[in-house]
This record gives sequence, structure tokens and C-alpha cells, in this order.
Amino acid sequence: METRIENHPILGVPEKGKLVKFFYNDQEIEGYEGEPIAAALKAAGLMVHRYTKKEHKPRGIFCAIGRCTDCVMVVDGKPNIRTCVTPLKEGMKVQTQYGVSEKPFEKQ
Amino acid sequence: MKRYDLIIVGAGPSGLSAAIEAAKRGLKVVVFDENEKPGGQLFKQIHKFFGSKEHKAKIRGFVIGQQLLEEADKAGVSVVLNATVIGLYQDKEVVVKIEEEVHHYKGDAIIIATGASENMVTFEGWTLPGVIGAGAAQTMMNLDGVKPGKKVLMLGSGNVGLVVSFQLLQCGCEVVALVDAAPKVGGYGVHAAKVARTGVPFYLSHTIVKAEGTECVTSVTIAEVDSKFQFIPGTEKHFDVDTICVAVGLSPMSQLLKMAGCKMENNPKRGGQVPICDEYGATSIPGIFVAGDVSGIEEASSAMIEGRMAGVTAAEYLGYMEETELTENLTELDKALDGLRQGMFAPKNRGQNITETEEGIPVSQNLLKHGFVADDEIERFPGVTHKAGIHPVMECTQNIPCNPCQDACPKHCIKIGEKITSLPAVDESATCIGCGMCVASCSGQAIFLVDETYEAGFASITLPYEFLPLPVKGTKGKALGRNGAAVCEAEVIDVRTAPAFDKTNLLTIKVPTAYATAARFFKA
Repeated sequence: METRIENHPILGVPEKGKLVKFFYNDQEIEGYEGEPIAAALKAAGLMVHRYTKKEHKPRGIFCAIGRCTDCVMVVDGKPNIRTCVTPLKEGMKVQTQYGVSEKPFEKQ
Repeated sequence: MKRYDLIIVGAGPSGLSAAIEAAKRGLKVVVFDENEKPGGQLFKQIHKFFGSKEHKAKIRGFVIGQQLLEEADKAGVSVVLNATVIGLYQDKEVVVKIEEEVHHYKGDAIIIATGASENMVTFEGWTLPGVIGAGAAQTMMNLDGVKPGKKVLMLGSGNVGLVVSFQLLQCGCEVVALVDAAPKVGGYGVHAAKVARTGVPFYLSHTIVKAEGTECVTSVTIAEVDSKFQFIPGTEKHFDVDTICVAVGLSPMSQLLKMAGCKMENNPKRGGQVPICDEYGATSIPGIFVAGDVSGIEEASSAMIEGRMAGVTAAEYLGYMEETELTENLTELDKALDGLRQGMFAPKNRGQNITETEEGIPVSQNLLKHGFVADDEIERFPGVTHKAGIHPVMECTQNIPCNPCQDACPKHCIKIGEKITSLPAVDESATCIGCGMCVASCSGQAIFLVDETYEAGFASITLPYEFLPLPVKGTKGKALGRNGAAVCEAEVIDVRTAPAFDKTNLLTIKVPTAYATAARFFKA
């Protein structure tokens, strides 16, 4: 995970929770418990969180503080979860959101 | 319905400061904040703050945040987190969403300290994943320990754009360009200079034409703009990037005040929709006060003072202190706030074209256009002198309210004087011992120790260094000039770290004497 900061000149080694597995769509990936889901996805190099309802355009992290709602995904079956302010838990099921569904548009 | 003497919305620098002052006077106070952790944006600020001792100058933002939380804890302030205030009504009733429930509270006084949100500019492709706010970059790198990108283009040369660019470099990202549509760098020159000397090119009078990519950003095109902000054809420049960071200002989050019926105004000088209020934060509704960015965009240091002002004002309003005591408190706070609102970047000087310093020295135009003071401009500033032996060279060229360097020198080599915005000057009668305290104390990283007579044919330069890996003694590389271009060969002859330097390492390099006035950074 080269996108993780291993040692920072001012902040030192980032304090992280336990390394846990979770699901991104059907793929099992790892992240640290308690960090925002969005941070774990970013560290894994995953940029697209959802596709817009009308024009099917990709969206990802934008404000990272829970204001803009661009980063919402389907988390444990619930749509519109702001991944930038929702802490990661072991075994979480995080899915790309198409409109307001986890189903790709062609299956809706 | 639960009742409190004082309900504060927002546990950032101003809200916490207000809560501390009120709780100290015996008020029953609660602070609601929608975030998981208190402190607002302070914990993302890893640079040393400006100002003087009373403003906690040369202390890093996140440390100030820790101090504020400890102080709030001692004062007995209760902070409710994950609590989103969704309504404020004229009779000071507050509706708060906590988890899946909505709670109802009433306060005899209310302080709104909700801060600000980031502005955005739109361009083709601006919604692509990879286009992020500068605040998002700070959150990712300084809180979550994740790099915002590998190659980043920064749009915006205000203090946020400059500081975040430097932080991106510190965590190991490459900043390919710093771009601003304005013809001049908007933030402090010292912040620009520390970015420019690492080799980041500045493109003023340029903005983004489009962000390119299908699923996420893969490149960006910028172009020059004319005085009416129209693109000039043929001036396009293209960069391969995975991240575009946007730092184009902040807007007050004043919606709750509008909802409560406070008189509002649209004031561009204060950042947008703001409540009409007096200098201590009293709005048009008695008992509803404001503090911090919600009443006008400034920065954390002034937000903390405004918070304390609102806190004591609310205490007096509810009869917890005498008017005479309030006046005493406010006089002192007024003085502190006034100290911060001085100099070229003071709120009263926004939008003005300042061409000379308070000392009557022409401002460096190269600094404003390219982010660094040109070699032929630097000599005219009072901090830049030549003498045999080691001595400080202070490349501080704009009047900003900051003076830690003056106190840092145990030999009193550095003079700023009573006026906090004066440019630092060298006291020729004092003798520098080369301790480096001034270098580490300068929040703008603008002080260097230079010894032009280090050894035959060579000069030594001690510079602040906040990057990893830290070069070791004996490392050979290139000395870079203020513009970030390699000027000569250099060898690291000393590396100093100390608790008193607070993570600012001092790197001493040896360069040929001819480059003593030009070499200002080191690359292995």
C-alpha cells in the first residue's frame, strides 16, 4: 500500500486501528478499523465511489468531511452512506452506488 | 426538553474557546459538534502558527488543538460529538440530531461557531474523482495517513493553497504546479517561498481549462487568462496528474443564523452570507452570538480570540459577571485580536495593491508573480546582511503579524521592535552563536544561518528542513536556489534535531562561496 504514509516528518508514524478485511463489491480488501471507509478505499487506489443517477457520471471523494455527499456508497445494504465520515468495521460490505442502488444501471 | 445556560454549536477553535471562558465563569455549557472528534480543522494544521507568544505563535496547529481540548476538559466543558444541529429558532431552541434521534434543547444564550465550508470553481471535468478540496487533502494526509495523490496540481495561491502544497510535499506527493487565476500570489510570501524553493513552479494569471480522464483524473490542462479572466488561446499547458486540489477560499456556514431570523448581509469582504453583528459577536437577536469563520473568514488564531470574546460576552449577558469585569476582559482580547489584524494581509487591506513595506521598501514583485524573491531583490530587505562569520539571514519581506524570531535568539541578534509587523532586522552589535533557534522558530521557514567565511572558498548555509528522509552528514547533492533550480554542488556537513526545534530539522550545507547568497534548499 504505497499510498499510505509510513512515516511523516511532523506527525511521525500514523496511529492506526487493527488491520481488518472488508468487501469492496465482490473483492476482499484490507483497511484499518475505525478509519473512514473512504480512506481505506483511497489507500487501495479505488477512486470511483458511485455513478450519478441521470448521467451515470463517476464520483469520488471531494470534501472528505461529510458535507458534499459525493462519496456516498451502499454500505451493508444501506445506500447514501457518506464513506468519508463512516468508520470502517471488519467484514463491512461496501458497494459502488448506481443512482441510489447497488445494482448496475443495466440491471435496474 | 433539556435546558442549558449556554449552547454552543461547533467544537472548533472558536467554539471551544467560547465554551472555556463561559464554563470558567460558572455557566452550564454544552457544545454540539457533528464530527466524530472535537477540534474542528485545527488537527489538520501541522505548520507552526504565526503571531506572537499570546497568539501561540510557533506552535503547530494540532498541538494548539490538544492544548485547547485539555483546557476545555479542565474547565468542565461538555462536548457532545456526532451531534448535528439541524435547527435554531428565535426563542433559542435548538434541535439536534444524535444518531437516529432528534433531541430538543433550550439555551438562555447561544453561540454559533460553525465555521466555514470550502468554495469551488467549476471547469470541464471538475466532478471527476481526483478533483478534491484542499481541506480533503489535509484530512487524508494529516488525519488518515493516506496520500491524496501521487502527482498533484494545486489551484489557489492563498494561504490554504500554499500551506497544503507544502504539506503535500511533506507527505511525499509531487506537486507539479501551483496555479492561480489572480495575477499575484494571495497568501504569505514566506509560505510561497518555501514551496517554490523545492522546485514547484507557480503559474499566476492561469487557471484550469479542463480536467481530463474518464473514470478519474489522469491529466489537466491550464491556460493563461487576461485581465478579464478570459483564456488566452495558445497558452495552454498540460500536466499528467492524478489529483487536482482546489483551494479557492471559504464561505461562512451561517445557515442556522438565517434560520433563527438573525439579520444577515451579503458581505464579500467577510466571505459571503454573514450575520450582522457587533465586534464581540452579538447578532440582531439578543442572546445569540457568533464567533470564528461563520461571522467572517479569517484564520484559527483570530477565531480563538473571537471565541473567548463571545464566551465572556455571553457570561455577562446572563449575569455571571459584572460589566466592569467584562470590559477588562474585552480590552485585553481586543488588544490580542488587533495584533493579528495588522500588516499587509490584514482584513482592512484586502484587495488593496500594496507596493511598499511599512519601512518604505518596494515589495518583491517576483515573489508575487513567481512565489520567490529574486536574487536581485533580496538584498534590499533589512534581515539580509553580510558579515564575516556565522549570522542569521532573514528573508522575511512582507509585513505580517509575527515575531517569534526576536524572542528565539538568546543573543538578541534579531530586532523587530514594538510593532509586530515590522520586518526583522539584524542587530550588528550582537554576536550570533549559530544555535539555530531562530531558524527553527520561524513559522515561515524564512531564516537561514550563513557563514560566508566557513572555510577557504566555501560558505556554510543552515536551513530549515521538514522532509523525510532526513539527509545524513556527508550526503552530497545539489543546492537549490529560491526558484527551486539547482545552482551548485553541495554537501551536508551537519544535521541537527532537538526538542526545542519542534520537528524543524536544521540542515547545514557547504557550497562554494559564490553561491552563499543564492543556495537556499538541498536535494540529495
